Amino acid sequence: MVFSVILAGGTGNRMGNTDKPKQFLTIKDKPIIIHTIEKFLSQPKFEKIIVLTPQMWIDHTNHIISKYIGEREKVVVIAGGDTRNETIMNSVAYIEENYALDDDTIIVTHDSVRPFVTHRIIEDNIKAVEVYGACDTVIPATDTIVESVDGNIISAIPERKNMYQGQTPQSFKAKKLRDIYLSLTDKERDILTDAAKILVMKGHDVHLVTGETYNIKITYPYDLKIARSLLEEEEND
Amino acid sequence: MINTIYRLSAPRRFEIDFEDISFSNNCIVRPTHLSICNADQRYYQGTRDAKVLKEKLPMALIHEGVGEVVYDKSGTFKAGDKVVMIPNAPTQSDDYIAENYLESSKFCASSKDGFMQEFVEISPDRLVKLPKGINLDVAAFTEIVSVSVHAISRFDKIAHQRRETIGVWGDGNLAFITSLFLKTMFPETKVYVFGISREKLSDFSFVDETFLTTEIPDSLRIDHAFECVGAGGSPVAIEQIIAYIRPEGTIAIMGVSEYPVPINTRMILEKGLRMFGTSRSGKEDFEKTVEMYQKHPQIVRYLTHIIGNIVNVSSFADMKNAFELDTRKAFGKTIMHWNP
Repeated sequence: MVFSVILAGGTGNRMGNTDKPKQFLTIKDKPIIIHTIEKFLSQPKFEKIIVLTPQMWIDHTNHIISKYIGEREKVVVIAGGDTRNETIMNSVAYIEENYALDDDTIIVTHDSVRPFVTHRIIEDNIKAVEVYGACDTVIPATDTIVESVDGNIISAIPERKNMYQGQTPQSFKAKKLRDIYLSLTDKERDILTDAAKILVMKGHDVHLVTGETYNIKITYPYDLKIARSLLEEEEND
Repeated sequence: MINTIYRLSAPRRFEIDFEDISFSNNCIVRPTHLSICNADQRYYQGTRDAKVLKEKLPMALIHEGVGEVVYDKSGTFKAGDKVVMIPNAPTQSDDYIAENYLESSKFCASSKDGFMQEFVEISPDRLVKLPKGINLDVAAFTEIVSVSVHAISRFDKIAHQRRETIGVWGDGNLAFITSLFLKTMFPETKVYVFGISREKLSDFSFVDETFLTTEIPDSLRIDHAFECVGAGGSPVAIEQIIAYIRPEGTIAIMGVSEYPVPINTRMILEKGLRMFGTSRSGKEDFEKTVEMYQKHPQIVRYLTHIIGNIVNVSSFADMKNAFELDTRKAFGKTIMHWNP
C-alpha cells in the first residue's frame, strides 16, 4: 500500500508578518496546504493521505479540507511531532495502527508548502521507491555551493556538477525507515535535517528523482510573492 | 489544484503557466497519449499569419489525445477510465448546424488551450470512453480519424447512391484514414487512391487501386471523390478530380489550404457536381469512430502503420524534440507519451 504523508508541522517562524503557519496562507484564494493535498488526491494509488499538523491546528486543517475539498474519507489529519522525523514517525505509527505495516508499505512524504509538485514527480517517486526502496526529489544545483564550517571562511567548494538541491517528495519503505530511525542514537538523531539522511548515514542507497525548478518551498515572504505571481498572472494581464 | 500548462509563447518556444482548477467543477483528466497535428505544426513553426499568431499565442497546443479520468463530479466516469477527449466545445446547439460548424463553438489549440497540460479540466460530455485494451497510441489520434468519419457520414447523406468507385486524392495520413474507413464502411465500393509518392501509396494495401497523379489512365472515371491534399497541392488535386469524376458526382474537400484556390467552375456547372467542405468533427463522430474500432479491429491494426514516432515527454526539451522530429518525418503521426 502507498500512503501520502503531508508534512505541515512548521509554525512559520521564518515567514515575517504573519500570525499563522505558512501552509495556511492563501494563494489564489485557497490555502497552500489545500493546493498540495489536491495534487495528491489526483493520484489514485494512494490508500490514504495523512496530513500532519501541530496539535492546535488540527481542527482548522480539518475545517478547511471540508470547505475546499469536501471529500474527507481519503484524507486524515493527525498531530505531528517535535521534529520533521518525529512527524514522519507519527505517520508510520498511524499506518501501523490502522493498516498493516509490512516491508512493502510505501510512504511518499511531502512538504505541505510545495504546492507546485507535479503528477509526474509524484508518480516517479512511487516508481523509484518500488524499485530502489528509497528516493529523494532533487534538481541540479545552479549556484555554486560553498561550505563553511565556522561561518566565517570557506572550508570547501564542492564540484557543482555533483551537487543537487533537495526538494520533496522523499519516499521510503515505511517499515525500513522506521526501524533504522529507531536504531539511531539521540546524538545521531540531532544532526538529521531530513528523512533521506536517516538512510544515507546508515549506508543505504537513496535514488534520485528529478524535480522541477518551480517545485518551490514557500518559506519566506519572497516565495509567497513568487507563488502568487505564478498562479495569478492571468488576472494581472 | 494547481495545474501546469505548457503553452507555445512564440514559434518554437514553450513556456510554463499555472492555473488553479477546482475538483468541484466538471471532470479532470490526466492526458497520457497526445498526437501532433499539422495544425499544431503551423503554430509551432510560425507558418500561420503573423496576426493570427499574435492573437492566439500563448496557447497550449494539441487537440488529439487520450487520457485517464482522475475525477468526475457527474459520476459519468470512474477514476482510471481511459477516455478520448473531444476538442470541440459547443456553447449552444442548433437544429440544422452541427456542433463543429457553429461559430460559437470553442476548439482546443485554436480558440482555447489544447491538451499540453498536466491535467485537462473538461466537461464529461466531451469525453468518450475507450474500450479496454485498445492501442492507446492509435486512440491518441482518434480526433483526426473522427474527422474522416464525419466527412464520410456527410458524404453518405449528400451523394447519390451509385458508388461503384470513389477516388481519394492524397497519400498522407488523412488520405490513409479516409480511404481505410471508406473501404470499411462501403466494402462493395472500389476505392482508388491518387498520390505523388509510389512508396507511400504502397502502404494503402487495403484499397482496390493506387495511381500516381502523373499516370492516371485517361479512360478512368470515378463516381465521387475525397480531396485530402490541402496546401499547395489543392489546385491540381481539385482540377484532376473535376476531370475524372462522372457527372453529378460529389466531391468532399478535406485538405486545409492557407490561400484561396482557383477552381474550374465551368466544369462544375457542366457536370452538375456537388462540392462540400468538412472540418473537424463532433461527439457523434467520436462515438461512431470508437464503435468502429471495436467492430472492426483490423482498422486499429492498420492505423498502427501510420504511427511515425513515439516520444516520451517529461520536459520542455522532450516537447521540442517531439515537434522537431515531427517536422522531419515524411509520413505518419508523432505520438507523445505525455508525462511532464
